[in-house]
Formats: sequence, C-alpha cells, structure tokens
Amino acid sequence: MNCTKCPTSMRAVISLPRHNAAFCKGCFTTFVHEQVARAIKSFKMFTPEDRILVAVSGGKDSLALWHILLALGYRADALYVNLGIGGYSEESHRKVRHYADTVAAAHGAKLIVHVVEQEAGAGIRELATILHRPTCSTCGTIKRYQFNRAAVEQDYDVMATGHNLDDEAARLLGNVLHWQDEYLDKQSPTLPASVEGFAKKVKPLCRLSEREIAAYAVVNRIDYIVEECPMAKGSKMILYKEVLNRLETESPGTKQRFYWGFLEKQTKPEPATESMAEKDQRTLHPCQSCGQPTTADTCSYCKMMAKAKTATPR
Amino acid sequence: MLVHLSHPHRQVEIKGPKRTKELLRELNLVIEAHLVIRGDELVTEDEMLADADQIEIRPVISGGSV
Ligand code: SF4
Ligand SMILES: [Zn+2]
Ligand SMILES: [Zn+2]
Repeated sequence: MNCTKCPTSMRAVISLPRHNAAFCKGCFTTFVHEQVARAIKSFKMFTPEDRILVAVSGGKDSLALWHILLALGYRADALYVNLGIGGYSEESHRKVRHYADTVAAAHGAKLIVHVVEQEAGAGIRELATILHRPTCSTCGTIKRYQFNRAAVEQDYDVMATGHNLDDEAARLLGNVLHWQDEYLDKQSPTLPASVEGFAKKVKPLCRLSEREIAAYAVVNRIDYIVEECPMAKGSKMILYKEVLNRLETESPGTKQRFYWGFLEKQTKPEPATESMAEKDQRTLHPCQSCGQPTTADTCSYCKMMAKAKTATPR
Repeated sequence: MLVHLSHPHRQVEIKGPKRTKELLRELNLVIEAHLVIRGDELVTEDEMLADADQIEIRPVISGGSV
C-alpha cells in the first residue's frame, strides 16, 4: 500500500478507512497536526499567546498532545501527577521525565510534578481504602483538583487533556445508555472557565482516534508507557470502546459520526418542530385504491400488489 | 516469526509469510484496536510479513475513568 497523498508515492505506514486514505510517515504527521489545528480553531481552544498546561500521564495520548502542541509552536508546559501505584507510577513517571528532558526542554517547556503521597501521606489505592471509595473516583477527584489548582495558581490560560475520539465516543455511549443528561453538557471539547477559580479546559485530540494517536507516537518515536494502569482492568470504558471498535471495523466512520453528530446537535439546537400527529395530518391522505392513509396517490402496498399482478411469473 | 504481545506480556511463534491482517485475524485481534510494528516501523494491514521479521502487536485501547 502506498501513500495516497505523495506524488512520489512512498510506502504507507497506516491506512485510514474512515478518510479513504493511506499515509506515509511525513503525510501522516501532517494529517495529525492538521486535525489538531482544526479542533483548536473550530472550538476556539486557545491562541499562540496563551499559556497552556497539558495534563500528562506518561501514556500515548497526553505525551502525543504535548508533542503536537510544541510542534505547532504553542507555549505548553505539563503537569504530571504521581499517583503512587507501585511499578506503574514509577514507570510512567520515568517516561514523562525522559520526554521532558529530551524533547520538551529544547522547546523551553517545563514539567511540573505533583506526588500524591507527599501531600496526602499515602498513594491513591491506600487513600481509596481509607475513604471507602472506588480507586478510580478517588483518583479522578485528586487529578481534577491538582490540575485545576496548578493551572489557576500558576496563571495558565487553559488546561489541555489528551482525551481522544474513542474516549469521547465511549463516554457518550455510556451517558446515553444511562440517560445521564446532565453529563452530556460536559462533553464539549471546550469547557469555559465558568466561575472564578475554575480553569478553562480543552481536548485538542477530539478529532483523532486512539489508534491514530498511538500510530503518531510510534512514527514520531515518542517513548510512552504501553502498559495500562492496573486499576483500569475490566472498566466499563474499555467495554464500550470494544463495542464501538467492532462497529467501526464493520462500518468505518461510525465513532466519528456518533460523537461529531452529537456535538453538531449540541451547538445547533433544533428549531421548534411540529408534532408527529401534526405532520401526519399535513402530509397524509387516503389511498385512491384502498383508502388507507398514504403520502402518495396510491399507497405502497397497493403499488406493490399491482406490480406483482402484472409482472410475468418466471 | 516471533510476535510480541502486550496485556499481558507474551511471545508467540507464528508461521510466515503472512499478511498483517491475516496475522491479526489468526490471533483474533481487531485492527481498530491494534498497531503492528515490524522492527521499529509501523506497517499497514496488507503488508507481507516474513518468517525472519520481529513483530510487535501493540494494543491502543486505554481505559480507566475519564
Ligand atoms: S485507571 Fe483509575 S486509578 Fe488508574 S489512572 Fe485511571 S482513573 Fe486513576
Ligand atoms: Zn506521503
Ligand atoms: Zn392502498
């Protein structure tokens, strides 16, 4: 398979069925940068003057996000929260530190680190046990708090997270399945600083799938932690993503249509529409042949029967 | 060919030559959730993989609450 964009037709490293395209390394990197630039622009995320704080975990999404923002020339520092989850936290901390020293530093970007154990006296698993709360919800509260605090205290204009298309589509599926309407509002890729003390939050990777971001990291030699947080095992999010990926494999573009369609509906509230009964009254009248309501002169049943009778049997 | 897999870490020996998509199908893995890396280069689904190749199949799905 060759790149569909290069005139010289280089060997493609990835094919993207939902875009009917295949890209070589260079064209793929350009494609990813364009997708992020489009998200930043269309959702009015930030400008080149803004100071951005990226929430990094050591995983592919957040490190790729930091990498892309620096490549696009933005002023982006990062915050890493060390959760104190044994080997996983040690390894992810090492990866983030390594990226900061070897790549980000050359762009003048710095890494801020918060160690949960230093402030709370224990890692999040121990804290969750003491508090009788699920580890992931304890973790979520701590991370949100620390990121917001760092952003506000250190005067960042905006906080960026590595949420991708799959994260948002899976979250939307979960919210819709349980009709959690109040959470739907929070799924926009840009959440304004609604009140004093709350930082503005953005998701610049919302146009890219998880696979595309992992591919970007591989192509650009970003050394991220492939291993998962051990607490993620068996999570609902993973189940939703698996279901969506099966649909995506069968009909490419499903995830994108699902999430983007939702965003479109959200930004353009539907005009007041007539009720179904009103619409029926306006458009339906009796069939010329049988009298049942139809939008045409003759109803589809009568048309079908007429055709069946005149057709020559085989 | 020697194939490295993650979650959990393991290695399997698969007979080549074989196309990437056939390798994934044989291991019952969805393309949308994986990348296939030969040496340190990404390859597409129709790439032919040889017996001498070092292959890594890397999962791309991450979970946890968001
Ligand atoms: S899986 Fe749970 S504990 Fe682990 S980082 Fe994600 S939210 Fe935190
Ligand atoms: Zn190209
Ligand atoms: Zn009729």
